[in-house]
Amino acid sequence: MKNTRTGREGLTAYLFLSPWLLGIVLLTIGPMLYSAYLAFTSYDLLSAPRWIGLDNFRRMFTADPRYLSSVKVTLLYVGVSVPLLLVVSMILALLLNKGIKFLSGYRALFYLPSLMGASVAIAVLWRQIFGSTGLVNQVLALFGITHGSWVGSPGTALWTIVTLNLWAFGATMIIFLAGLRQVPAELHEAAAVDGAGPIRRFFSVTLPLMTPLIFFNLLLDTIHAFQAFTGAFVVSRGSGGPADSTLFYTLYLYQQGFAELKMGYASAMAWALVVVLGLFTGFLFLTAKRWVYYGDER
Amino acid sequence: MTTVSVGARPFFGRRATRNPLVIGLLRHALLIGVLIVMLYPVVWMVAASFRPSAEVMNSLGLFSKNYTLDNYKHGWSAGQLNFSRYFLNSIAITALSIVGNLVSCSLTAYAFARLEFPFKRILFGVLLATMLLPYHVTLVPQYILFNELAWMNTYLPLVVPKWLGVEAFFVFLMVQFIRTLPRELDDAARIDGCGHWRTFSRIIMPLALPALGTTALFTFIASWNDFLGPLLYLNRPEQWTVSLGLNSFLDVTGESAYGSLFAMSTLALAPIVGFFLGAQKLLIEGVATTGLK
Repeated sequence: MKNTRTGREGLTAYLFLSPWLLGIVLLTIGPMLYSAYLAFTSYDLLSAPRWIGLDNFRRMFTADPRYLSSVKVTLLYVGVSVPLLLVVSMILALLLNKGIKFLSGYRALFYLPSLMGASVAIAVLWRQIFGSTGLVNQVLALFGITHGSWVGSPGTALWTIVTLNLWAFGATMIIFLAGLRQVPAELHEAAAVDGAGPIRRFFSVTLPLMTPLIFFNLLLDTIHAFQAFTGAFVVSRGSGGPADSTLFYTLYLYQQGFAELKMGYASAMAWALVVVLGLFTGFLFLTAKRWVYYGDER
Repeated sequence: MTTVSVGARPFFGRRATRNPLVIGLLRHALLIGVLIVMLYPVVWMVAASFRPSAEVMNSLGLFSKNYTLDNYKHGWSAGQLNFSRYFLNSIAITALSIVGNLVSCSLTAYAFARLEFPFKRILFGVLLATMLLPYHVTLVPQYILFNELAWMNTYLPLVVPKWLGVEAFFVFLMVQFIRTLPRELDDAARIDGCGHWRTFSRIIMPLALPALGTTALFTFIASWNDFLGPLLYLNRPEQWTVSLGLNSFLDVTGESAYGSLFAMSTLALAPIVGFFLGAQKLLIEGVATTGLK
């Protein structure tokens, strides 16, 4: 009898799951398998995919300087903007932690850019702010500093997009803040009694307790940063310029796949990214045992 | 309440010998300074959108003697079509996406949180894995699929995935929320003769309103801001969303009509800010709990 009951429940469960199951099969797993196949083909949507073995990958790494520069741009962007985002979020979360007035007001205002940061409207604004007659140069002019267009010169264009990402640190900060509020006050008091100053207390009490959230934010922000697109597209008008300095991986994938209809090549690029993100995630989870501290769990 | 009590000493309060009032004030000054730098460009853009076009670019300040709505009038009807159409399109796509996500994700979440079924652990693992999957790996084949289905230049590629629970994050959010609701409620409903469907729709969903609200709001913001999706699938100007309208506006007008561009950007941001002000608690708690649990 138990058996038929769980059997019926199983059937009901699958009915509840049916939209999601359909989605996972038709829109996720199926497409993944198909793109794994396409990665080894040349396909332009018009004629049937043609098997070319490893040629796409060979081309990526040996015969396509733009691909390599998109990798360089993206790694530089991720490597700079994610740590910066984590540090700034942590500092502001610490400033907002404990006994401050107007907390909810501050929290809301700091969070607001996270909601707007992905929009075209803000990317348009960014293009103006860092343009040759933009807000930044107008402010600098007050101090007698002159500078050309920040989005227009290869040395600085990427950093304007780093700023755009950093501007939206609020979501990360809120997660840190929620974690800080769970750090027991007794631990801090005990450490203070033992003579630990605020810096020492931060590094020996707060930081270890925050490692699960640092892990979580590092993982999510990195994955997020690898996928940045709208800002680079709008700021560079879809070109990744000047001189490919904002040619993000996603932007180059878009150009190859959807502007030049090289679907096989774009699929190979997508899978290279999956492998890199998989390795990064795996590495992070492996090292987590050494640096992530889960209070009572061990 | 005094600014700082001894038990809740701020991070920067070294010893009781330092004046807590001064430290509190310094803290506020620093925070307000950061906020001004962060928010000034947006506030400036809104102010500039009300200035006559000659004044838009050559002023750092917020104020003008000649406020005007001209930028809004010109911007609204500029480009290949006017913004009424883009806004209606964005509203339609966003609304369909929200309902889709609410329906599909809540059904899935109920099954994972409350029901027992074969392969549950494996499927839950699949769900979590798809949260970390970069969207690029399905982008190209999905494009090919929708192309084969002749869904190009329709809203279907943007909306149907939402009805099929593709955004695992929301499923996860709701599973975590439903797990916090007491099981006794389900048992009581069962004794009263409710099946799973009624337990789901009459008991769990009403109690899960905060999680549904968070999902609806995040879906709203993501759909409203979405750029790549419409860029790929909507090629005809009469189907464009606000994002595409703004982007093409930048192409057509270049740097000459920043006033109108800022006016339309302001209007594009207004719904996000509006919803945020109405429901900030829900959104902030939604973010905070994703990290903690």
